[in-house]
Parts: sequence; C-alpha cells; structure tokens
Amino acid sequence: MTTNDLLTLDHVSVRLGGREILRDVSFGIQAGQFTGLIGPNGAGKTTLLKVILGLQPVTSGAVLLDGSPRSPRDASIGYVPQKLGIEPDMPLRVKDVVSLGLDGHKFGLRLPSRARRELVSDMLTAVGAQRYADARIGELSGGEQQRVMIAHALISRPKLLLLDEPLANLDISSEQGIVSVLGRLARAERVAVLLSAHDMNPLMPVMDRIVYVAAGRVAVGDTDEVVQPEVLSRLYGQHVDVIRVHGRILVVAAPEGVDEAEAAAEDAGVIR
Amino acid sequence: MHYVFEPGFFASGPVHVALAVGTVVAITSAVVGVFTVTRGQSFAGHSLADIATTGGSGAFLVGVNQFWGYLAFGAGAAAFMEMIGIQRRRGRDVATGVVLGAALGLAALFLYLGTQYSTTTGASFTILFGSIFVLTPSTVPALIASALLALATVAALARVLLLTSLSPDIAAARGVPVRAVGAAFLMALAVSVALSAMIIGAVLSTALLIGPAATALRLAKSPVRAAITAAVLGVLAIWIGIVLAYDSFYWPPAGRGWPVSFFVVTLIVGGYLITYLRRDRQSAPQENVDAEQACSPA
Amino acid sequence: MFTGVMVNTWIAATAVAVIAGVTGFFAVLRGSTFAAHAIPNGAFAGAAGASLLGLNPFAGLAVFSVAGALGIAGLSRRSRPDVATALTFVMMLGIGALFVSWSSQYAQEAYSLLFGEVFGVSTDEVLPILVLGALSIAAIVVMFRPLMLSSALPEVAAARGVPPRRMDLAFLLVMALATSMTVPVVGALLMFSLMIGPAAAARSLTARPVLAMTLSVVIALVTVWTGIVASYQSNWPLGFFVGILGAAFFLAGRAYAAIRRDRTERSSDRPANPGLVPG
Repeated sequence: MTTNDLLTLDHVSVRLGGREILRDVSFGIQAGQFTGLIGPNGAGKTTLLKVILGLQPVTSGAVLLDGSPRSPRDASIGYVPQKLGIEPDMPLRVKDVVSLGLDGHKFGLRLPSRARRELVSDMLTAVGAQRYADARIGELSGGEQQRVMIAHALISRPKLLLLDEPLANLDISSEQGIVSVLGRLARAERVAVLLSAHDMNPLMPVMDRIVYVAAGRVAVGDTDEVVQPEVLSRLYGQHVDVIRVHGRILVVAAPEGVDEAEAAAEDAGVIR
Repeated sequence: MHYVFEPGFFASGPVHVALAVGTVVAITSAVVGVFTVTRGQSFAGHSLADIATTGGSGAFLVGVNQFWGYLAFGAGAAAFMEMIGIQRRRGRDVATGVVLGAALGLAALFLYLGTQYSTTTGASFTILFGSIFVLTPSTVPALIASALLALATVAALARVLLLTSLSPDIAAARGVPVRAVGAAFLMALAVSVALSAMIIGAVLSTALLIGPAATALRLAKSPVRAAITAAVLGVLAIWIGIVLAYDSFYWPPAGRGWPVSFFVVTLIVGGYLITYLRRDRQSAPQENVDAEQACSPA
Repeated sequence: MFTGVMVNTWIAATAVAVIAGVTGFFAVLRGSTFAAHAIPNGAFAGAAGASLLGLNPFAGLAVFSVAGALGIAGLSRRSRPDVATALTFVMMLGIGALFVSWSSQYAQEAYSLLFGEVFGVSTDEVLPILVLGALSIAAIVVMFRPLMLSSALPEVAAARGVPPRRMDLAFLLVMALATSMTVPVVGALLMFSLMIGPAAAARSLTARPVLAMTLSVVIALVTVWTGIVASYQSNWPLGFFVGILGAAFFLAGRAYAAIRRDRTERSSDRPANPGLVPG
C-alpha cells in the first residue's frame, strides 16, 4: 500500500448474518495494474468486489479511491458482473447495451447523436464484438456477452475495472480471448483491472500482482511471493500444497496425516 | 366498404369518443407494458387493475367521483406493495397477491353494501369488463392528462429502467437509486392501469398492458422499436375491435352486439400467437442458460 | 349457527380450506401466484358459458379451469410464465364476456360465482365437493416428492428424471381440479385469497416443508371459520373477511420472520468460512 494508490482497502472487515466474511483486509492497487483476485468459491471474492463498488457496507475499515472515500455517483469504477440475469426477449441490442454504459444512469430522454454512435462502434471493435452489434443481448453466448459487458464498462473511461469471475462459465478458447482482450485494453487505456477467479492459470500472461483470498483473509504480492505453501497454509488454516507443473500452478489440500508443523507460516511482510 | 363498416359508424358520437379514448389508453398501456413485461411485473399490472376497480366501487358507494377512487386505490396499493415487497421476484408476486386478495375482499364488501342501497345487479359484470361505448366526454381531459403523466414518467425513467433490468448491481454502482426508481415506475404503472381499468374495464386493461408489449418484444430488438410496435399493435386491436363490435350489432344470436372486450382480447391474443408461426429461433437460448447454470460450480 | 343448513356450510368450507391450504403451499413455493388467480377467474367464464347452454355450471367450471391450466402450461413453454398466465386469463374472460352477453339473465349468478355463496350450499352439493377435494389431496400426496423437488430444485429434479414441464402441468391441473370444487363455495376471487395468504404466512414462519404445509392448512381453517362466524353475525360477505384475514396473517408472518432475522444478525461471532480448497 502506498499513498498514491488508485484504490486502497484499509483494514476492511465485513460481517453478514452472524458470519465474518472478510477479516482485516488491506491492500492497494496502482493505476494501470492488472491484479488477480484469486481464491476458492465462498472465500469472499464477490463480497470484496461489492465492498469496493459500494454495494456492501463494511463493518469496519475504509475503502479509498485516490485517497478519499468513494462517492455514490463515481464513474471511475467500471463493473462487469458474473452473469446477466436477463431473459432472451430483453429489448436491447448489443449496441444499445454499450450505449447504456455512457448514460444509462441518467434520467430523461436524449436525442441520438453520431458522436455517440461512433464511440459505441469503436468500443465494440476494440473488444471484437462488432460483428454482432445488432444482435439481441439475450441471444448471445456467455463469452460474447462478456465482451459486450466489458465494452459497456470501459466506454465511460473508468480508472478501475472490476470483473466478477468472468471466466467461470467459458470454454478454453473463449477464456483466452477474453484474457487477451482485457490485457490489451488495460494497457492501451491505462485502466487498472481487478479480476476475480478461482483458477489463476489463465491469467498468468497478463497478471501483474495477485490478491489471494481464503477464509476471509488475503495475501498480497507477486505470484511467486504469494503462491507458496507456507503463505497459503497460513491463510486457509490447514495444510495446502502448491504444485507447479508445465508452467501451471495447482493449489491442493494435503492428504490426511501430514505433519501440521510443516504448515507454519513466517512471512509477516507478505501477509497483512 | 359497406361490408366492413356498418352504416352510421363514422357518424356515431359514442364511436368517436371510444376511438379517441381507446387510442390514448392503448398507446399508454403499450409503452408502460413494455417495461412491465421486461421487469417481470405482469402480475402487479393485472392486480392493480382489479384493485383500482375496487376503489371505483368504493368511491361510487360513498358518492365520490369514481375517477378518484380508481386513482387512490391504485396508487395506494402500489405504495403498499412497494413497502412490503421483497427483492426476489417470487416474494414480490406473493406480496402482490396478498394485497390483491385484501382488495378483492373489499370489493365484495362494497358490492354488497351497494346492493343494499340500490339494485345494481349488473355491477359485477361491468366492473370486470367495462363498457367503452358508455363513456362520458367529461372524463376525457382528465384521462389524457393522467395518461401523459404516466407516459412522461416512464420516458424519463426509460434508460435507468433498462440499465437496472440489465444488471441491478451495475445500476446501483453507478449511483442509480434502484429502489426509488422501482417505486416510481410502479406508481406510473398504477396510474396508467387505474385509468384504463376505469375506461375499458379490468380485463381489457390487462390485455392492452401485456399483450401488445409481449408481442412487440418478440418482434423488435431495441427499446424504441419495441415501444412503437407495441403502441401500433394496441391501437390496431382497439380500432378493429371497435369496428367489429359495432358491426356485430346485427349478428346472431341476441341482436345486441358482441362485446368489444371479446374482439379486442381475441385480436391481441391472436396477434401474439401468430408471432409463433415464424420459424422459431428464440426457444433455444433459455435452454442454454439453464444448462450452464446446472453445470456451473459457482 | 351450527345446525340445519349451516352444517353443510361448515363441512364445505372446511373442505375448501384444507384444499386451499395444501394447494396454496405449493402455489407459493412454485411462484404460481398469478396462476392461482387466473385459473379460478377463467373457470368463472366457463360456468357462464355452461349455464348459457343450459348445462350444469360445474361442467363449465371444470372445462374452463382445465383449459386454463393447459393454456398457461402450453404458452409457458415458449414465453415468460407471467405473460402466458396473463394472456390465457384475458382470453378466457373475453370468451366469458361473450357468453354472458348472449345470455340475458346472468348477473346474480355471476356475483355468486365471483364471491361465493357459502351460506347457500345445498346437501347434494356437499358430496361432490368432498369427493373432488379428496381427489385433489390424493393427487398431491402421490406427487409430493417429485413436486417438492421440482419446486425447490428444478435442475436437480430434471436430472433425476422428473421433467419440470410435466410437473408444471400436473400441478396446474390439480389447481384446476381444486378450483372446480371451491369456486361455488367461496367464489373465484376468494379461493385465491385463501390459497395465497395462509400459505405465505406459513412460509414466513418455517422453512420445513411438511410443517409449512400443515401450518398453511391450519391458518386457512382459522381464516375460514372466523370468516363464517363474522359473516353470519354481520351479514357482510365471507370474502371480505377471508381477504382481510389472509392479509393480516401474511403481515404477521413477515413481522415474525423479520424479528427472528434480527436476532440472528446480532448473535455471537462465528469465524470466517475456510472455503473449499480447489484440487
């Protein structure tokens, strides 16, 4: 965490329904950084994203954007939810959806404008969705919808883009497509990205840093620093192994009977 | 021409009023209906018609102009539904149903009390079905003003409503007051439905709200086109319905004419079903989504 | 109040309340609230048609309520269920309007079919009501497991060979059957209140299915019995009391659930969920 971070989480804790979902989470994200929010299901990733968006109040701690608390109408954070709960008959074409990214939060009518049309068209081309610009959003596949929602989020030029498990329901080639689009756009537009996933491997080519979440706590740093057995075992509260094979990383629970003493973590500088 | 339009059609005063009023109601219902169907609030839209009608009976009972009864009960029910409503769709429908049940109970009471003081035996029929040919011209200005108010509200909320339907989380994160917007829409819906229920009856009100909109959603891809298509379909249904009802005056079996509501409803439902005759490319996506949900570990 | 003609009233009303409690539990669980309103109302239109043709109104009720169930289930395959319900509903009522306009003396019967004539139930009407009621309950008992599964977890049910659409249709048909027996007693509009209010209240009180269903029946019985007493004393329609009591029980249930939720929120700390370790 440094004082000129774009996004700062300062000792954030969230308690819901009698359970502590997030405990004393602190980290910072700098402008233009691509950060993976990695962790198993149920670890608190979605809650963390909602806290940053202002959709989930914190029990203690603070979320700061550019050093000050986030205001409700802040347009500097873009958000791509995991799934759209829409019916196939939703009367929005892809280009309408992206256009809503500019002014969907405003009241009143507006006249069509060529400038807006061109902006939408450029954004669609940038994410590779131009060829289905006139299709209904409800008729697209998961991967196609992701691209459209990325365009929707980026068109208002946010400084930070949050994505909730964008790769969860995609096949491998769609996965790779989305990752490369994100990597390219993030660099081109100088947008910081925070992307949650339960598998870090597809993100290795583009990820600068990792925030690993487990049991409501986080470990932050470079992948090599954080994804280590000692660090992760401390997070999970039980022994885990980290296996590296063919350039990929697997985190697995240890079988029964492994010596618990092996699982002691010592690196206070990495875990906050 | 003579076969379609019976003599006297174009000269008839009641027909003029019916056409004008029917057109305004059809357009308003259609546009509001597009958002109602998209937001999954069809049951609320129907319930508000029945509830507003109860208000009409109540107003009639205490000697107040029915217009205020319809409006007050409609708006009041919308406010109440919003207060006790829950976010999940099913919970919302149940809350709506309970409010409807209470209102229907009141309707029973009002009708009973009404028959104590007069002999309006046909009251329950007229309440359900209305009678577009028996409108008084004095209601027209108030109707048009209220319809314009409902339309203006929905137009002002259109983008925000669409964004909220697309993703409530994105809308909330952009600072949209999602709950307040939902309440404002429900109020506009209540006003629109109260008016149409008063003029054309609860059944036609629901038909004009849901039918053209649902049909338009199958035909049009963008919000503006959907609204225009729905309005055109609604207006056509009303006009052709009125023509046929007028023509049917001489048809068997009773020589009294068939009811407008029958024709309008049949045209609306028929129009909806006809859209299924095209080669259907829309039944598959829902299956895909369900399969994804079933397999996903998330 | 408990002798003579009133005996029939008590028997019929009790039977109706039991049916409504059981059917309503599933209607609320499955989110079929709109259908629970549409099918009885559509049935009313059929009764009008039947009496017009000089047939037994019961037959008209049965035919139209089944037609309604089929219409809703059929359209729901391709459309949103609430749109399917709305369109089926208006179509049936539109046809009903036609029938009523052809007949010249239907107004009084219309009132009683909409709002019920529980105090006018004759002895030979009680038996068909009991039989149909028993049939509906038997059908639900037989279908209980697959119906519960497909209501709560539709994908799991489908994976286990219970096609959700067939369950939809089966449930709607049971509701149609239940409707045919109850509409003459409590009326089309009020069968709906009796199905939804008590069941909704029961679900706010407990999540356990059999307990909720039992509570639903109990609350429905209390509602109807209280209503009959009040209606008998005041001469005001039964439907009024059923509607108001249903709403009151629903609100009470919601209040109870809200209080219980607050207490859970304030309970002692529990540590964070360790989560699933991916392997």
